[in-house]
Amino acid sequence: MAHTVKIPVPALNKEISVSTGLFINNEFVPSVDSSEVIQCFNPATEEVIASVVAGSAKDIDVAVAAARTAFKTTWGKNVTGWERSRLMNKLADLIERDAQELAELETLNNGKPVAVARDFDIGDSIQCLRYYAGWADKITGQTIEVDNKSKMAFTRHEPIGVCGQIIPWNYPINMWSWKVAPALAVGCTIVMKPSEITPLTALKLSELVVEAGFPPGVINTVPSLGPVGGAALSAHPDVDKVAFTGSTITGRKIMEAAAKSNLKKVSLELGGKSPQLIFESADLKQAAAWSALGICYNTGQDCTAGSRIYVQDSVYDKFIDILVSTVKETVIGDGFDKSTGGGPLVSKAQFDRVWGYIDAGKAEGAKVVLGGERRNTKGYFVDPTIFTDVNSDMKIVKEEIFGPVLSIGRFKTEEEAVALANNTTYGLGAGLHSTDASQCMRVSGLLEAGTVWVNQYNVLSNNVPFGGKKQSGIGRELGSYALEEYTSIKAVHWNIGEKLQWPLSL
Amino acid sequence: MSQIFTHEFNTPVYKGKTSFHTGLYINGKFVEGSDKTTIDIVNPATGKVIAKVAEATPKDVDIAVEAAQKAFDTTWGLNMGGSERSRLLAKLARLMEEHQEELAALEALDNGKTFSWAMNADTAVAIDTIRYYAGWADKIHGQVQETDEKKLTYSRHEPIGVVGQIIPWNFPLLMLTWKIGPALATGNCIVMKPSEFTPLTALRMCELIQEAGFPAGVFNLLTGYGSTVGAAISSHMKIEKVAFTGSTMVGRKIMEAAARSNLKNVTLELGGKNPNIIFNDADLDQAVNWAVHGSYWNHGQACTAGSRIFVQSGIYDEFLAKFTDRCRSLKVGDPFAPDSYQGPQASKAQYDRIMEFIQSGKDQGATVHLGGDRNGTEGYYINPTIFTNTTPDMKIVQEEIFGPVGVIIKFEDEEDVIRQANDTLYGLAAAVFSQNITRAINTAHRLKAGTAWINCVNQIHTNVPFGGFKQSGIGRELGEYALHNYTAVKAVQVNLGYVM
Repeated sequence: MAHTVKIPVPALNKEISVSTGLFINNEFVPSVDSSEVIQCFNPATEEVIASVVAGSAKDIDVAVAAARTAFKTTWGKNVTGWERSRLMNKLADLIERDAQELAELETLNNGKPVAVARDFDIGDSIQCLRYYAGWADKITGQTIEVDNKSKMAFTRHEPIGVCGQIIPWNYPINMWSWKVAPALAVGCTIVMKPSEITPLTALKLSELVVEAGFPPGVINTVPSLGPVGGAALSAHPDVDKVAFTGSTITGRKIMEAAAKSNLKKVSLELGGKSPQLIFESADLKQAAAWSALGICYNTGQDCTAGSRIYVQDSVYDKFIDILVSTVKETVIGDGFDKSTGGGPLVSKAQFDRVWGYIDAGKAEGAKVVLGGERRNTKGYFVDPTIFTDVNSDMKIVKEEIFGPVLSIGRFKTEEEAVALANNTTYGLGAGLHSTDASQCMRVSGLLEAGTVWVNQYNVLSNNVPFGGKKQSGIGRELGSYALEEYTSIKAVHWNIGEKLQWPLSL
Repeated sequence: MSQIFTHEFNTPVYKGKTSFHTGLYINGKFVEGSDKTTIDIVNPATGKVIAKVAEATPKDVDIAVEAAQKAFDTTWGLNMGGSERSRLLAKLARLMEEHQEELAALEALDNGKTFSWAMNADTAVAIDTIRYYAGWADKIHGQVQETDEKKLTYSRHEPIGVVGQIIPWNFPLLMLTWKIGPALATGNCIVMKPSEFTPLTALRMCELIQEAGFPAGVFNLLTGYGSTVGAAISSHMKIEKVAFTGSTMVGRKIMEAAARSNLKNVTLELGGKNPNIIFNDADLDQAVNWAVHGSYWNHGQACTAGSRIFVQSGIYDEFLAKFTDRCRSLKVGDPFAPDSYQGPQASKAQYDRIMEFIQSGKDQGATVHLGGDRNGTEGYYINPTIFTNTTPDMKIVQEEIFGPVGVIIKFEDEEDVIRQANDTLYGLAAAVFSQNITRAINTAHRLKAGTAWINCVNQIHTNVPFGGFKQSGIGRELGEYALHNYTAVKAVQVNLGYVM
């Protein structure tokens, strides 16, 4: 089954070749014990575009063994930061070289517009790899003064070891780079399980890993169903750390499996129900633009989607008007169509889920002021939908929808706004719009979120950390902080002068 | 109109052509000096003039500073983000890599070091240095400090502005990268004076810097003399910082000029008379090999040269015999001959200086155990030289020679040798050889030097800080530490609730 397929791209009259085997030890191989395949769909047409080998639990064993061998021989402490930096920069260069084709493949499988995939997703991914390549030769510990006559104490920042990385389908290439880059920079080896919905670009990137010159076993890619490969990685006794981005519900399972197996280190980037607060002093037009971005970017399939907006009473009507007309401009369509701003939802399952929420919103009495109507065409297209007159008990206000569905509420005072914003088990992102500097400072301090945006939304930078409070996650990605997730500290106490007497004289 | 220097290399180790501008590089253009004078560049292997480069005057320094300040205010400084600076530096490293052989050959021609060393050490590390600092450019972090909810306080690590950089002739290209790497990574604009003896690779770098896409005025190169251009940079009222590598004597002048003018920030990498202590329990063969590298690498023209070799009496005779044998095997010859280890000294002035020191050693009664004379009749070649039976007050024991001269001193007592090792105005580097690691570490900790090597000598890593104690310098280069030399800390305190 492990062979190369040529995937037709009708809109561009071309084909993209992808290896469909499991990528282990720098080779594409069939499963050792299974003939299962994963079908990959084009969400704009609902058609199967390719089938790839589905990894089994045994395949995960093989991949982990390969990663362990590499960690002990050609990677880990056997490779210098300089070499890691060089290889990572080479990989970034290759991705840059192939950016257009990778973008087209991403669009085929995920649905997002090609230009967005190329310039944002892949552009950011290249930057991410280069950013962490720059860290690879700068991993430093500390020397610590204890007693100059008898002790030399210092810390070594060592790579944790073999890391299982499980990534989602909403930004396949970008999430791949966020995981791979810091892990490689500090010297870890990787078994990556891309999403079973969007494994194709991870497989294509694996070809570039070989071309860049990484030793076999440093990065392994095993497309697999979550309950099979993801579960196997989380519970594997020889995996030192698992990093996961996806739903909170799956995050729990992973953490449980980690606890029950070998207490492997866990970092999680989970869901969100991120609020934006529009205060009366805000630039309403700008706030509306950022709010539109917050719920429509990536067609709402973003863990930090600004899916709840609370508007101060005094500017409520005015803001709703501006917001509705701004969001109305969003064009949801086929990713190969140049006029498209956002693509379809990624799968039937997501499509059904989002419609379930829209129907629930209507049933629970919220008011639809935009969208809410099904298209009767092929493809998992959902148009931006805005609900008002919501209350905190409604499903659409409490639960993460992961689609272009926005709930808008109102508040009188700042205290009320903060309380509404924080009334959630999630804590990933939050935004506030105000031109009162003291208010910005107070409110940004009070919002319970790992990222707070002031007068903007959903803009990230590779050098600024990102992650969740509360049930939105554990640990931080991006910035220098991500390095800590893949580093294990060893303290060395070196006796340079103490002679011990036993028994101790007290 | 700037001249072009063209040279055809036709040697056993490198064949190729080089051709580049020899004018002053100001604001992205090559120009003549204000007085239209030139400086002769001599090939130390032959003693003959091979090129003429433009000579800068203090007036040219003014022009360059103005260009640098303009760039800082408009296209560089805080106007360009770290990831873009990173990209440009990474591009420069790639260009240097493409032209590595050419750069190595130019360095060998201009400085006299062998092509092999220039290729495998100087240029290779120079490229790594630029790449290393490219990685820092988007990682300049300040802090946020906890005060209380009524205050937001944070520190910004801002670029200083226009910085002056004066570099030496012993590792021309490498020293250039040690200086421009951290300065450009942090967003500063540079007015640089290379050594008047060895400006060729610096001039070639100007074209690579241009090709990489750095905006005009970010990097400016003024070939000229220390007493004119160097002095003008040190005392310039609009240069906020000067960084210098060279002799302690000149370092003093620079610091004085800085104090008298605008109290500009000063970092200095100066001389050394570095001790290498070899205990009885050292791995003898390794100690010999490292000690030879310590004294004779780069023809002894290294600030970290392990020029005082203290050998414990138990192994002294055996050490001396082996050390002498190794020295005898060092081939002195043309920089482009395949088997040369050591080329000529970098200039006539250096040659004369070293020969004077050798003469003083003889005059003051030291034993010339090996060498002590010129090699050949053309060019500035000196044979590897070993002095023994010295006393601590001799010039060759106290002063920095900067040539292929090793001084071997017998010792017995551990306390006494540490005292002797530290008994110098300098404090750049020191080395200890012992298989007893506890003793080695304790000794290293007691040596007053910015770098203490244990069981090695003269090994530099780009991510490890480097600099001097005492009169060997102020500040540290390399590693993350170098960034501090080029950033100015601004604390911003935002009042969000205190009422006066």
